[in-house]
Amino acid sequence: MKVCVCVKEVPDASAPKRIDPQTLRLDRSVPGALNEFDTHALEEALKVKEASGDGEVVAILMGPAKAADSLRKALALGADRAIHVADEALAGSDLVATSRVLARVLERESPDLIFFGQQGADSDGAVLCAAVADRLRRPLISQAASLEQEFDPHHPPPNGVTTKVKVKRQTEYGYDVIEAPLPCVVAVSDAINEPRYPSLKGIMGAKKKPQETLTTADLELSTLEVGEAGSCTEVRALGEPPARGESRRIEDNGNAAQAIVDYLAEKKLL
Amino acid sequence: MATLVYIEDHEGELQKDSLGVLGKAAQLGDDVAAILCGAGVKGLAGELGRYGAKRVLVADDPALDAPLPQPRVDVLAGLLADRRFDTVLFGASVLTADVAAGLAARLDAGLNWDLVDLDVQEGQLVGKRPALQDSVIVEVGWKSEPRLALIRSGTFEPVESGGEAEVEELQVEVEDWSAQATMLERARAESEGPNIEEADVVVAGGRGLGKPENFSLVEDLAKALGGAVAATRAVVDAGWYPYSAQVGQTGKTVAPRLYIACGISGAIQHKVGMQGSGTIVAINKDPNAPIFEYSDLGVVGDVHEIVPKLADLVRQRKGS
Repeated sequence: MKVCVCVKEVPDASAPKRIDPQTLRLDRSVPGALNEFDTHALEEALKVKEASGDGEVVAILMGPAKAADSLRKALALGADRAIHVADEALAGSDLVATSRVLARVLERESPDLIFFGQQGADSDGAVLCAAVADRLRRPLISQAASLEQEFDPHHPPPNGVTTKVKVKRQTEYGYDVIEAPLPCVVAVSDAINEPRYPSLKGIMGAKKKPQETLTTADLELSTLEVGEAGSCTEVRALGEPPARGESRRIEDNGNAAQAIVDYLAEKKLL
Repeated sequence: MATLVYIEDHEGELQKDSLGVLGKAAQLGDDVAAILCGAGVKGLAGELGRYGAKRVLVADDPALDAPLPQPRVDVLAGLLADRRFDTVLFGASVLTADVAAGLAARLDAGLNWDLVDLDVQEGQLVGKRPALQDSVIVEVGWKSEPRLALIRSGTFEPVESGGEAEVEELQVEVEDWSAQATMLERARAESEGPNIEEADVVVAGGRGLGKPENFSLVEDLAKALGGAVAATRAVVDAGWYPYSAQVGQTGKTVAPRLYIACGISGAIQHKVGMQGSGTIVAINKDPNAPIFEYSDLGVVGDVHEIVPKLADLVRQRKGS
């Protein structure tokens, strides 16, 4: 059983974030971190592998050279192998270009199951999974809140061969249950699990695990098919920031409850 | 501009966000068609003229019965191969995000998402997208056609302009692989549970509460304030609280006079369900939580300490 997990590096939550007025892109020179939504995808991949008793989890990341740290975190958390697609030509890739690159890597790997996190914490997009599934012509299930795998009766764990996954997921109307045969693409919600923390052993062992770096040329893609050149959308301008009311911030020093009551009284809400 | 608007329905009801987007499309240009996909949806087509469609294309087929995205991508891709539409718009939902993204890949067409406005500037369609936790708005465009866009839920209200639409049925052909995912159980609207949409005060709990038992803190505060209890998607999905109490894009939209968010980080999916609230108070231990970007009063601190004290103080004050 081979499980691939597509992960992304995003600016660290505590880093000051800005859009570069020159390139109109998110400034990615600030400290980065493994996208938290993707840690849930990785955790689910590890659980699937553990339940089947056999297999490999491969973390795939597209991003600049410095994003290798995030990929190393994925290895520390338990991924067996990592693939980093790093090429200056990739900068500015939109959905069409990014899905083209990831689909190409996944075609090479030919996994049984592909996981995505729900969304990028930087772009708030929840779209990459469906675009990649379409390029691979594989079934898609998004927003998975729980997942069960069904094994071939002739190949149960500990060398389990998974034939199907059954997923419960939330929509605007309640819960759906969707089933798909393998190979398929599953995007998980952040409610599906609690990701483990990396162990010391995991961190120490991460460096020794196989890591491969690929360029667009390695994937037989031309530089015109990726990055800004291969993208069909553009950022035209930075607009005015949205109007915001006055906002107050307090740090709790033991009196926060009283401060809230005073505020509510002032606003005539009590 | 020839625009196609994807119309979502659920159990025979047209979805409000789709109708809002249809109205916006009609405001931007004359040539607006709507597409309805499903099994037994033909009867809904007539209504769409009133909301701005000049033409309604209906893909009515058993293969489209379950609200799954991939067969719908096949229908749209087939239609766009035959006829020219320069723009395809979707009101964002769990279903349409997957349909739009699949279509973008199939056609190598640009998709902009999470748009809160559409505008034509010098003959070019421009979308407005909030970024960095809604602290800036970026103007986005498309370099090729068709231009695909997902509009943030709740952005445009439906407008009844009162026209007649011409209805046309489409042939439906679905790829084998598109039909491989199957729906075993389908979501049904739940009507039971407290009515958080009408409450004057809503106290909401999120994952920061730590464990399901701690929802009692939120319930106690709501009781002291005479309000209703709400929950985020994360805790509902995790089984801590019932779906009927969920606020956000896939839950209910509330606009109480006072909204108190306890241990909620405040992702965009949550924000769209409560941003219309009069006063927003957020308590969270993470000073970087996005919710502080749109709170009137942000309190950085431990919900487990603050919420019980607050409930006591509210009771004392009301008792006096």
